[in-house]
Formats: sequence, C-alpha cells, structure tokens
Amino acid sequence: MTARRSGRRHAARAYLAAAAFLVAAVLVSALAGAADLNPLATAAALVHLPSSLSPLDRAVLFQIRLPRIMLGALVGGLLAVAGAGYQGVFRNPLVDSGTLGASAGAGLGATLAIVYAGGAGTAAVPVAAFAGSLAGVAIAYAAGSVTGSGTATLLLAGVAVSLFLTAVQTWLLQRSAQDLQQVYSWLFGSLSAATWQQALDILPYSAVSIGVVLVHGRHLDVLSVGDEEARALGIGPGRVRLVVVAACSLAAASAVAVSGLIGFVGIVVPHVIRRLAGASYRLVLPLSLLAGAGFLVFADTVARTVAAPAELPIGVVTALAGSPVFVWILRSTSVVRT
Amino acid sequence: MNLRITHRRLYAAAAVAAAAALAGCGSATGTGSAAASSAAASGSSFPVTVTAADGAVTVKARPARIVSLAPTLTEDLYAVGAGPQVVAVDSDSNYPPGVPVTKLSGLSPNIEAIARYSPDLVVAFQNAGGLVSGLGKLKVPVLIEPPAATLNQAYQEIEQIGQATGHGAQAQRVVASMKSQIAVDVAHAGSAHRGLRYYWELQANPFYSVASSTFIGQIVSLFGLKDIADAADKASDGGYPELSQEYIVAARPQLIFLADNAPAYGGQTPATVAARPGWAAIPAVADHEVIALNDDIASRWGPRLPQLVEQLAQAVEKAPSP
Repeated sequence: MTARRSGRRHAARAYLAAAAFLVAAVLVSALAGAADLNPLATAAALVHLPSSLSPLDRAVLFQIRLPRIMLGALVGGLLAVAGAGYQGVFRNPLVDSGTLGASAGAGLGATLAIVYAGGAGTAAVPVAAFAGSLAGVAIAYAAGSVTGSGTATLLLAGVAVSLFLTAVQTWLLQRSAQDLQQVYSWLFGSLSAATWQQALDILPYSAVSIGVVLVHGRHLDVLSVGDEEARALGIGPGRVRLVVVAACSLAAASAVAVSGLIGFVGIVVPHVIRRLAGASYRLVLPLSLLAGAGFLVFADTVARTVAAPAELPIGVVTALAGSPVFVWILRSTSVVRT
Repeated sequence: MNLRITHRRLYAAAAVAAAAALAGCGSATGTGSAAASSAAASGSSFPVTVTAADGAVTVKARPARIVSLAPTLTEDLYAVGAGPQVVAVDSDSNYPPGVPVTKLSGLSPNIEAIARYSPDLVVAFQNAGGLVSGLGKLKVPVLIEPPAATLNQAYQEIEQIGQATGHGAQAQRVVASMKSQIAVDVAHAGSAHRGLRYYWELQANPFYSVASSTFIGQIVSLFGLKDIADAADKASDGGYPELSQEYIVAARPQLIFLADNAPAYGGQTPATVAARPGWAAIPAVADHEVIALNDDIASRWGPRLPQLVEQLAQAVEKAPSP
C-alpha cells in the first residue's frame, strides 16, 4: 500500500514538473521574439488587460507568434509521443518516426509535390507529406510482415524502406536541381510560417492518435516483459503493435505535414523522461507529450530569437541540443537490445 | 524554367570565390577593362585575350559554335549580337525566346555532354566539375563570368563576352544604353522617396531576403531605399538572411518586392501576401505597394536590368513619401 501511494505521489510530481516545464516554455516564448514587443505590454495583452501594443504589434503577437507557439507545442508533443510509442513497440530505445520509413516517406512525398505540383507554396505539400509518411510506414510494415515475424525484422524492413525512399528522393532532386532550395528548406523543418489554420487542420488527427497511444501504455508495459507473457495476460502482441504503430504514424504524419522534418525530439524527450520518471509507459507516454511540447517550444524560441531578426532552422537547434543527449544515452546504455 | 533561389545563392557563393580569384591574379576592373577597350578599338580582331574570372582566356578565331551554361550569359550573348553563333544553351536559359535550349546544366556541368556540341567557346558562371581544365584538354576556351557583385562587373562581363565573340563594339553600345536607361529612371524617381523601408522576398516559408550589400540590394539602393534585411545580415548568410516573420511585420516595410511570384518559385502574389495572417497591418500591404517582379530579370545580371530598374522606379514613385 505504501509503495502504491508513493508511486502515485511520484507520478503526481512528475506530471507537475512536466506541466510546469511546458507552461514556462510557452510563457518565455510568448514574451520573446524578433519584433521586440514590450514584455509588460505583451503580457497585459495576453490576459486581455489594457495594453500599449499597437494594432500592428497585436497582429504580430496574435497572428504570428502565438500560432507558432501553439503549433510548436502540438508538433513537439506529437513527435515525442510517437517516438515513445515506437520505442515501446520495438523495445528499442533508438527507434523513432525516422526509423520506420515515416520521415523518408514524408520527405519523398514533399519532394514530389514541390517538383511536380507547383512548388513549396502549394497546399499539395502538407497533404503529400502526410500521405507519404503513412505510406512509408505501411510499406515497411508490409515488407516486415512478409519477410518474417518479430520486431527486429520489422525494424530492418523500416531501415531498408527508408533507404529506398531516400534514394528515390535524391534521384528526383538530382534531376531537378532548381528545386533543391525549396526541398531542403522543407527537410530542415520550420515553424516560421505557422498559422492557426495549420494547428486546426491537424488537431483531429492529433487528438485521435495521441488518445490511442496513451490508452495503450499498460499494454506496452506488458509487451516490454515479452510476447509470451503478454499472451498469457490475454494481450495479443501483434494487434497491440499494429494499433500503436498506426497511431504513432498518424501522429508523426500530422507533425511532418505542418512542420517538415524535425529530428531528435522523438528520441531525446522519451529518454530524458525515462531517466527522470522511470520506464513505465503509463508515465512515459503522457509525460513525453508534455515535455515534448515544452522542448519544441523552447527550441523554436531559440531558433527565432538567438540570431534575431534572422532565424535558424529549427532542425538545427533540436539536433544541436539533441545530439549530445543522444551520445550520453548511448554511453549510459551499454547494450542496445532489439 | 526559372532560376530559383538555389541558383541565386550558388551564384552569390561563386561570386565571392570569383572576386577572390580576380583579386588574386590582379586582373580586376582596371587592367581587365583596359585590355577590353584596346581589343575593342582594334575592331575585335582575333586572336583576342580577355581576362575573365578564370584568368586570361585566348580565343584564337571568331567563335562559330558557342555553348552558354547560364541564363544571364545567354542573354548577354544575344544582346551583343552573338546569337547566330550560339549552338546550345543550358536547361535554365529561356531568354530571348527561341534560344537553343538543351539538357546541359550549368550547376553540375557534364563535360562530355558539352563536348558533343563541338564548341569553340563555352561561357559559364562557375568553374564546377573541372569545367575549365576538362574542356582545356579539348582545347576549348572557357569564359567564367560569375554572378556580378556590382553593376560595373555586370557591364564588364557584357563587354568581355562582346570581345570574345567578335562583337566588342556592339557590347559597348549595349552597356552605354543600359547605363543611360538606368540613370534616366533613377533621376526621374527623384529623391522625395529616399529612406522608404523595403522588404525583398526571395522565398517565403521560411522567409529569405537580400541585404543591401548584394547585387540586388545595390540596385535598390540607387533609389535611396532602406533594406529591412540589413539588420539580420551576417557574414555567414552571404547577404541572403532568413528573416523572422514577426520581424518583417514589425519592421513595417513601405514597399515589398516579390522575387518569388512565379508558380515555380512558390507562387507568391500581392494577394497571397495580403492574406498572410498578421500582414494586413504592414504599410506596404495597406497601401498596395506589394510589387510582383519578373523573377528571371530580378535574379540575373544581364542586359534586361534596366527593365527591373524601371519597375522599381514606378513602384517608388507611386509610394507615399516618408
């Protein structure tokens, strides 16, 4: 009984910390930016108090900065939850949406849209990225199921499909060098043109995918013990794997559709959570959602303020913060199990 | 096919390299144009030696099979009257209409593919893929004319192309005419609009612009306008910084020039700019001073520059005074 109570207290503390992190990220981000809005006036405007902000300043705050923060939080949460979910399914700490073909599929989809459907400004790009991302995982899943069973086969199929899709993309780019800049801007990932509409567009997919992943926390905990044990407890490993992979892929696809490829969030955030709050997916999944949202909002704040009024690609910021953490994880997990 | 931002940035990078090369071999404007005028004065007799970015290039006889690997240089060739001597141009060249477009690439040139046209002169904007040494083995002279860093360099390149093709006198007339057209437009615009802030959009989402130190920036500076991108310019950007959207709006530009309005560039138009959330409050948008440029002319450094200057002049004259 004491153990359970202390467990609950531990969970409550963890939720509180993650939520505080997210709130801090949003507040800092809302008050900082290249437009140099007065922080006090900005804070006043945010809580609808009389404020000295001009109409133009208000447009900057409510039409440009806030939607960007909202979209950053949504994308960060999606990527982190998807990463944690994939890692649970594959019992492998190095898996994320990039490993299973989702990123490569999205990249190929976006490239096709930019090269053949009229460029980066068209609505075809997010749709193609979304479809490409899901198609990439579907192909990898099919290839993995045909060639054998077990997570290692699936993972190898994902790597093979990713390499194949990336090769097709490289070949396309080679043939149309004039699109390189647009494609690379997309591949680096960016929230620089975020709108409320984008956040609204992906909200339904985000809600469904996050919801499905979160309710499978207990199943992933059981799977982590082993397939046999899961079956003994009445949980079909194959079915859980399929459902969680599908939900994670939907989450990842929603994120890439509006932000391009932003790496490292899906790997780094769940690992930090595991170190701080333990390995149970019932905690790792929701905490990753909150911390991933906070992490990406912080990263984007850095991307748009550190070189202001110029910007850094957000993928560069997450990789700069993520790579050292990644190495640290590799160092402290001596054996990587598959 | 349009030249897009990739090319512009490549051109910019190549221009820096070329400037270094020019400085290195001590053949910058002074000696270069001196040699130029003496050759032109002697009636474009061959052999002629011009000092391009790749050093002294000797053209033994009047070339009859010219290959151009850059849209600007294609325009230069036709403007000086060497059009009938041109047998092939790269896949991005699209002006004047009817140029012999091929699949040749100026960005990653394939020497064997170029050699198949048996050229006796090749003009290119950069020495990529061992172009100069590779064609040198085949005794084909290569003229490297990089993206101009200044208007004077653009003029000098036209003159060099004139000399190397046997059209030195016409090249000088082209340059003189460009200079006078630009001078007339700038003078007509007057000084009443000096200090207006402008935003030059190379690409949206993310937002790339040009600093006033770039070739384009210098041209706009002829009108005394103030470039909002200068605040963001770092050496590492090469004059092409990515701007934060909220900075663009907060900087309240009074003029917006869209060099990304063709569909292939991203299809930005005055209407799409006005529809961007938060942009309606920008003076340029409120006053309908968002100008869709000809993307090709705005990204080249060739004989059609006066058309760009004219379009800028019209926009500047229409804008409310500061």
